[in-house]
Amino acid sequence: MTSFFQNLGMSYEAAWFTATLAGILLIAFPLMLTVALIIYSERKLWAAFALRKGPNVVGPFGILQSFADGLKVFLQETIIPSASNRGLFLIAPIITFTVALMAWAVIPFDAGVVLSDINVGLLYILAISSLGVYGIIISGWASNSKYPFYSSMRAAAQMISYEVSIGFILICVVLWAGTFNMGGIIEGQKGHIFGFINAYALNPLLFPIAVMFLISAMAETARAPFDLTEAESEIVAGYQTEYSSMAFALFWLGEYANVLLMCALNAILFWGGYLPPVDWAPLYAVPGIIWLFAKILLMFFIFAWVKATVPRYRYDQLMRLGWKVFLPISLFWVFLVSGYLMWTGHFG
Amino acid sequence: MIQVISFYLFASILIASAAMVIFARNPVHSVLWLIVAFFNAAGLMVLIGAEFIAMLLVIVYVGAVAVLFLFVVMMLDIDFAELRAGFIKNVPLGLLLAVVLVSELVLGIGAYRAGEVKLGVPDGAAAVTEMPNTEAIGALLYSKYIFLFESAGLILLVAMVGAIVLTHRKSHSAKAQNITSQNMRRPQDATRNVNQPVGQGVEL
Repeated sequence: MTSFFQNLGMSYEAAWFTATLAGILLIAFPLMLTVALIIYSERKLWAAFALRKGPNVVGPFGILQSFADGLKVFLQETIIPSASNRGLFLIAPIITFTVALMAWAVIPFDAGVVLSDINVGLLYILAISSLGVYGIIISGWASNSKYPFYSSMRAAAQMISYEVSIGFILICVVLWAGTFNMGGIIEGQKGHIFGFINAYALNPLLFPIAVMFLISAMAETARAPFDLTEAESEIVAGYQTEYSSMAFALFWLGEYANVLLMCALNAILFWGGYLPPVDWAPLYAVPGIIWLFAKILLMFFIFAWVKATVPRYRYDQLMRLGWKVFLPISLFWVFLVSGYLMWTGHFG
Repeated sequence: MIQVISFYLFASILIASAAMVIFARNPVHSVLWLIVAFFNAAGLMVLIGAEFIAMLLVIVYVGAVAVLFLFVVMMLDIDFAELRAGFIKNVPLGLLLAVVLVSELVLGIGAYRAGEVKLGVPDGAAAVTEMPNTEAIGALLYSKYIFLFESAGLILLVAMVGAIVLTHRKSHSAKAQNITSQNMRRPQDATRNVNQPVGQGVEL
């Protein structure tokens, strides 16, 4: 894209700047549109699971429901509690929202179609997703209210716990792919199983950690069954209790952008990203972004399915699962995978 | 041009937020300014081409250490008057620390101006610049500095064991769940179906 702007007669730096800006907008706007539609489709899915109809009033099949909701919160008054810490109270939703968008910079949508093709792409995602917790912690503290504060305590402990096992799971994948670059990880999956299936997840050694990653991703994004940060039966609405209008909507959008990111990570790390599921030439005629999008939607269906059917964990069970089950298993798996790779001479 | 602009942007925000860490009245604000400082330091690392170090800085310090800082500081009941009360008493100690830091700074700048610093090169690896950052660090860490690396790991292990020993004690009030027996439990162990005749009381 930089060369395109250079051909328009710009200097290299101006062209780079314009190209990056255009790339950011090209990712952010479709992402927001996707988030709006995915909220609608999730509500429809839950409704189907519960034998209800779901949103069906605004637009054909209720498809404009999310936009109507967005307009509604946009027109509402932003209420800032007088005892709150005003500056931080307003910054917190902005942090959550921005961080949720930032991580998409290194997601490859097709071969070579990525905003920033850096060597340490996966580490960048880990770094950015570890920032997500700040939005919740700060909002809980700045609200100066009991339940949001409890919620932010829970969020801090929960996200740090699951980040540890996610880190070890990612190491297994990186060991197999031999690179931190997202595109490199996807290319490494080409014909991984019997020379024609493009997925790490079907490798018997990597399948268990693919499942663990899916569960950890739910815990990391604080989705049901691990949504203890906003458990309405215990702490009202958690960190969002004091929020209204656009500030609340930013939390909402950021949360779903994060969920989509985790679905995309699942698709990229274990299901071949933009590659077709099978290494068969005619399938490559379909653009990579469609394969990636289909995989993301499939992952999102699993997320919605789990949210609709699995009851919420108790907090001590959540901590036990993170520290006593996932951490030892993922640690052992790093040992197992690296041992296998050394034994088979994978590194040459 | 962009590099220069970003350098001055990162550097000035870094220094300003580092100053705000000290000047902020509220400890929670101090920690948040510290996080901004870490973040901009990571930006500077990216500018000099050390992207691996930059990412580690964000993951370790911003993602974990600062969260724990914030966790502790948020729960403190802060009395600002009490916080200021010890000021006069601690001035001599503070001054001493300031003198030590300033002399270190002067020595560091002096050493830098005295001539080029010879950095080590990994054994037998000449074309370091062609390698990705991560591989270069790995090659150095697991060959030349393996003993230092392993001993650093051991020290951290000892610290971890120490922290567990200091804080782990049997609690008499907390109730623990036996997960295995919970998972072994079946509906028929706890419930039974009764064909209740109409008009009679239930058996409890």
